[in-house]
Amino acid sequence: MVQAINLALHEEMMRDVDIIVLGEDVGRNGGVFRVTDGLMDKYGPERVMDTPLAESGIVGMAIGMAAYGLKPVAEVQFMGFIYPAIDQLYTHAARLRSRSRGRFTCPIVVRTPYGAGVKAIEIHSESTEALFCHMAGLKVVVPSTPYNAKGLLVSALRDNDPVIFLEPTRLYRMIKEEVPEGPYTLPLGKARMVKSGKDLTIVAWGSMLHRAVNAAQDKSADVIDLMTLRPFDEEAIMESVKKTGRLMIVEEAQKTGGFASEISATVSEEAIFYLRAPVMRVASPDVVLPFPKLEGYYMPDTAHIKEKIEEILRY
Amino acid sequence: MPEKIMESFQVKSLQILDEKGEADRALMPSLEENDIRTIYEFLLLARAFDERALALQREGRLGTYASIRGQEAVQVGSAYAMEKNDWVFPSFRESGMHIARGYPIHMLYQFWAGDERGLASPPDLNIFPVCISVSTQIPHAVGAALAAKYKKDNIAVITFFGEGATSKGDFNEALNIAGVNKAPVVFICQNNQWAISVPLSKQTASKTLAQKAFSYGFPGIQVDGNDVFAVYRTAKEALEKARAGGGPTFIECFTYRISDHTTADDASRYRKKEEVEEWEKRDPILRLRLHMEKEGMAGGDFFEGAAKRAREKIDEAVSRAESIPPPDPADMFTFTYKELTPRQMKQMKGLGHGGT
Repeated sequence: MVQAINLALHEEMMRDVDIIVLGEDVGRNGGVFRVTDGLMDKYGPERVMDTPLAESGIVGMAIGMAAYGLKPVAEVQFMGFIYPAIDQLYTHAARLRSRSRGRFTCPIVVRTPYGAGVKAIEIHSESTEALFCHMAGLKVVVPSTPYNAKGLLVSALRDNDPVIFLEPTRLYRMIKEEVPEGPYTLPLGKARMVKSGKDLTIVAWGSMLHRAVNAAQDKSADVIDLMTLRPFDEEAIMESVKKTGRLMIVEEAQKTGGFASEISATVSEEAIFYLRAPVMRVASPDVVLPFPKLEGYYMPDTAHIKEKIEEILRY
Repeated sequence: MPEKIMESFQVKSLQILDEKGEADRALMPSLEENDIRTIYEFLLLARAFDERALALQREGRLGTYASIRGQEAVQVGSAYAMEKNDWVFPSFRESGMHIARGYPIHMLYQFWAGDERGLASPPDLNIFPVCISVSTQIPHAVGAALAAKYKKDNIAVITFFGEGATSKGDFNEALNIAGVNKAPVVFICQNNQWAISVPLSKQTASKTLAQKAFSYGFPGIQVDGNDVFAVYRTAKEALEKARAGGGPTFIECFTYRISDHTTADDASRYRKKEEVEEWEKRDPILRLRLHMEKEGMAGGDFFEGAAKRAREKIDEAVSRAESIPPPDPADMFTFTYKELTPRQMKQMKGLGHGGT
C-alpha cells in the first residue's frame, strides 16, 4: 500500500503543478513510512515541504494554501498527533465553503497513518476516525488494499472538499497486489462488495476488512468494504441488509461512539423490518488503547469475529 | 571557551503623529493631502459604522457585536497601505479595515445581524471571512503567503489578531513557519490592552509583543496604534518588503479598546473609568483632525461634509442590509460540500419546521 500511495502522489503531482506535499519528514526522509519517498528529488523542496513540528500549523497552512488555489496534501505523521489540528479541521477546513458562501473553498487532503497492530509505542495506534465523521464538511476515506488506496487517493486529490485520508498502518506492507501504472479513480462515497452471499451482511473498513473476510470465508455472506466513511454508502448497505436480514459491523475503534454505531442506527431507522437478528457490532473494548503487550487482546481478531458470526446466524 | 553574545536585538517604537496633532516631518510617509483627507474620511466612516452598530444592537436589530472604537487608525492605516491584490486574514475586530478596503458596508451589518452571506467577500477583494476562534487564522495567512510565493504572484498577505492571540499555539506555529520559509506576510497585532477582562500584564511577561518576532527570525516593531501615519508607514514598508522577497514582519500596534469586548460584555466590572478616559484623549481621529487643521489641509466645511457623508453612507448601508430578505433555510445545505450528499438531500426535504 505504501508504494501504491506513493505512486498516486507521483502521478498526480506530475499531472497537476498545484499539488504540494507538506508535513514532518516528508521531504528528504520520504516520510517515516516512506510514503513520500522520492517526491522531493523529483519535484523539489518547493512542492515537497519539510515543515516544522507543528500539526495545527501544517493543517492551518494547508487551508490557507487551498484557499489561495493550491491543492495541498498535508501529512500528519500519526493519527495520535492529529488532535492539535482538529481545531483547524473543525473550525475552518470543514466550514470554509459554507461560511464564505462558496467564495473560498478548502480542497485539502490530510493523510495520516492510523490503527493498531504494529506493536508501536503509545499514541501511534489510534483509530479515532469517528471524530472526523462527526463533522459536516469533511470527507473521511479509509482504503483497505493497494489498488483502492491509489484510486481513492487520486479521487481525494481531485475532490473539491477537505478529505481526511486514513491509511491503516497495519496494511502498509501486509497486502501485496499489482497496482496499474497511470492514474485511475474510485468514487468517494461508494462502497465495494468484496464477497457476496445471502445469510449475512458484514460491513468493515481498513484493516478490519481483511479479518472480516477471513472470518466469513466459509459463510454465505456479503462483505462490504465501506472505503468512504463520510459520506457513507447507505444504499449499498441497505440493499444488502434487505437481502440478508442480518447486519454485523466490524471496526477497530472502541465500541462507544464508534462509526459502527452510526451504521447500526441508520439500518435500525430504515430497515428494521428486514432484520432477522439484532444488529451486532464487533469493536474494541472501551479502554484506553493498551501498549503493545496487550494489543492483541484489544483489537478484534478473526476468532472473535467468527464467534459473533455464529451468534448472529443462530437467529 | 569564554561566554559570548550569540544574538541581541532592540525593539523600536514608532510614533509620527502625537496627541496634539504634531507630526514628525522627518518620519512622515509620502502621502498627498488628498490621501490624508481620504484616510480621515475612512476613519470617520469606521467610527460611524461602529456607533451605529452599537445602537442597532441595543435596539435588537443586530446580534452580539465587537466594537472597534479607538482602534480605527490601525485598521484604516494598514488597509490604506495594501495593494489591490493583497490578501487579508482578519480576526473579528477589523471592520475599519473592511471599510477602507471597500468591503460593502451593508454586508458587515448583515454578518453581525446573523446572516452568513455577509461573509462572502466580493470577487475583487481577497478578504477571508472574519475569524471568531482566536489566532486560528494566522496559519491560513502563512499558507496563502507561501502559496503566492510558490505561484510567483507579486502580492503580500496581511493578518490581524489581538494581543490575546499571541498566547496561543497557532500564533507560535504560524510565525515559526513564516520565519523558516520567508513567507511574504505581515502580522498585525492590535494590542488593545484587554482580552475581554484579562489585561496585557496577565497575558504576557514580555515587555513588548514586538520582541516575540525576533525569536522567529524576523523583525518586530511597535507602533503607536492611534497614529495613522505610523501604522501606514510601517505597514507599507512591511508589505513592500514582503513583496520583494524580504520575508515577514510583525507589527505590534499599541492601542486601546475603548468599548466593551462585545455588546455581551460589561468592562466596568474589571477596569477603571479613568483608564478609559486617559485613552480617549489619545483618540486617533481627533489627533488627525488637529493635524489637518494645523497644516491647513482642511477646514470646517470639509469636516462637516465628511461627517455628513459618513452618516449618509451608513444610513444607506443599514437600510440596504435590512431590506435583504432572510436566507432560504435550504441555504444551510448548499455550501457544506460542493455537492449534496444523498443523506443531505433527504434531510433537505424534511425541512418543514423551524423558523421560530
